[in-house]
Amino acid sequence: MNSPDQSTGARAYWRANLRLLAKLILIWAFVSFGLGIFLAGWLDQFRIGGYPLGFFFAQQGAIYVFIALIFVYVRRMNRLDRQYGVNEE
Amino acid sequence: MDTQTWIYLVVGASFALYIGIAIWSRAGSTSEFYVAGGGVHPVANGMATAADWMSAASFISMAGLIAFLGYDASAYLLGWTGGYVLLALLLAPYLRKFGKFTVPEFIGERFYSRTARVVAVVCLIVASVTYVIGQMKGVGVAFGRFLEVPFDVGVFIGMGIVFFYAVLGGMKGITYTQIAQYCVLIFAFTVPAIFISIQLTGWPLPQVGLGATMADGSGVYLLDKLDAVITDLGFAEYTAHKGSDVNMALLTLSLMIGTAGLPHVIIRFFTVPNVADARRSAGWALVFIAILYTTAPAVGAMARLNLMNTVQTGPVGEPESNLAYDQRPDWFRTWEGTGLLRFEDKNEDGRIQYYDDSNPAFADRAESLGWQGNEMTTVDRDIMVLANPEIASLPNWVIALVAAGGLAAALSTAAGLLLAVASAISHDLLKGMFMPRISEKQELRAGRIAMAGAVLLAGYLGLNPPGFAAQVVALAFGLAASSLFPALMMGIFSKRVNRAGAITGMLAGLSSTLLYIFLYKGWFFVPGTNLLPDDAAHWILGIQPESFGAVGALLNFVFALLVSRLTAPPPDDIQELVENVRVPRGATVPGQSH
Repeated sequence: MNSPDQSTGARAYWRANLRLLAKLILIWAFVSFGLGIFLAGWLDQFRIGGYPLGFFFAQQGAIYVFIALIFVYVRRMNRLDRQYGVNEE
Repeated sequence: MDTQTWIYLVVGASFALYIGIAIWSRAGSTSEFYVAGGGVHPVANGMATAADWMSAASFISMAGLIAFLGYDASAYLLGWTGGYVLLALLLAPYLRKFGKFTVPEFIGERFYSRTARVVAVVCLIVASVTYVIGQMKGVGVAFGRFLEVPFDVGVFIGMGIVFFYAVLGGMKGITYTQIAQYCVLIFAFTVPAIFISIQLTGWPLPQVGLGATMADGSGVYLLDKLDAVITDLGFAEYTAHKGSDVNMALLTLSLMIGTAGLPHVIIRFFTVPNVADARRSAGWALVFIAILYTTAPAVGAMARLNLMNTVQTGPVGEPESNLAYDQRPDWFRTWEGTGLLRFEDKNEDGRIQYYDDSNPAFADRAESLGWQGNEMTTVDRDIMVLANPEIASLPNWVIALVAAGGLAAALSTAAGLLLAVASAISHDLLKGMFMPRISEKQELRAGRIAMAGAVLLAGYLGLNPPGFAAQVVALAFGLAASSLFPALMMGIFSKRVNRAGAITGMLAGLSSTLLYIFLYKGWFFVPGTNLLPDDAAHWILGIQPESFGAVGALLNFVFALLVSRLTAPPPDDIQELVENVRVPRGATVPGQSH
């Protein structure tokens, strides 16, 4: 059985995890649905080279952000795991 | 050397490689058969996942889809990559910690219910089998076009290869062949793209070339040039959004959730050593996938521009600007032979007029020019990748590469899907329900038999594709999105969702999605039995059937949470199971725990 101490630790770890997830999912949704779809038409007035900006996010930029999000998640979770002592040996 | 010799050489060498790997990586235990022994390096698993995921459709059809839809095809790019963020953040690490062999196994244990497990098995089998039909078709087509063997012989050869390494090696054999297949397919996809990008813009990186100026010294951006060329002929602007934002967002979301819920992708993350590796591996998978998915938009736009420039050689309006039919290039003749490209001289001037004759704004102009309708009556979108090297006059060996790449994409996905089916049958149904007492050796044999059966079934369906073959993507993603993803996510993120809630939720998501698809596509896809015509005017709230997965998922969540609230919470040991799944420490290799 878990001692009360451990389970408070586990609860704090889970809350920290959920906070991180909420932030990352928000960015994920903003980039794909915001920049890539709903704001794309407006963004198209700006340009990166020959790319209209909205078009760029929909076909290139969002994908790069997705990759970055996963690796940020990996780093932050590894840190959380160690901080709360739930990392794998 | 001529193209045909190159093709035999390159495809033959790639097949020899797959068979060599199969012999080297035979599975000796159920753990090796189901999860490759659980010791696959996260980067290697990322590569295998990329090949597992990228199908014949990604390799052959997607760039063509982008070429003709332009910006509107972004839903597929966003959906099929964005799903990996959900998979990495919400499912993969926790399911890896659970440490078992299959997806239905988690659903069965978490919701302490055989019924839930059976529902999950049914969803898995329907989604995977329909998906595999497309792969077998892709194999047959690739053989037919490049190796000039009949379609069914092509399917038989493809089945033979998959049979060999999937039955012998299970997940272990599949993993290492998928890594080889990834290398073949990504090389085959990027090499022509780099050549074409250099030709058109001078930039070797297609992702940069797409946003760069033309190499002809005009200083015009490639995308501006493309927009100008096609709007001059009445086609819709390439970079602009043509459909509705809401529908596009819903389609994107459905594809994202569906991607994250596809069992053959999820089980790949059971093969890495621990939870931290599962997270890392998902990131690498997306890196390897993104190499193709960020190149495809460049291939699409550049191939479209090349095609337009071939047919319309100068400014619109001068008769000499339309290519004379008897001066058409060799590749045009080759692909006319396959029926993927068709020309009909409607105004009998011996020249090709390729324009959008459905655009009323362009009708007057076309009439004043003496054009009597679009004369390129068929331009199959698959041509954009298949004929791309020929259109850009690339060397013969590049064409051979494309053939090997298409086959690698189709075979790797087929093998992954078949493993998901075989393990659901031998592990979830046989070992889990009917014969729980069989030994590991017997289960391994059962797994091999199930795999052999699945390969034969896939081959049969590839040879006799049911009428709905073209609709399978909507169905597979719809099912994964509406039934599996929500159940898995709630299983991890809620301790309160119980047996009754999960089953009601899955059935609500599943039945509403099936109903909505059948409403527009016909009952069980039988043509003519649809109750409503499949067009924007008749879609409920403007939601196209392909986009309904997200709505089905929402219904699943709502029903599951509601029913769970009204019934007793799950027993203590299940709540403990959830707590255990949420922390990485203590992960074990599937099949070797306790």
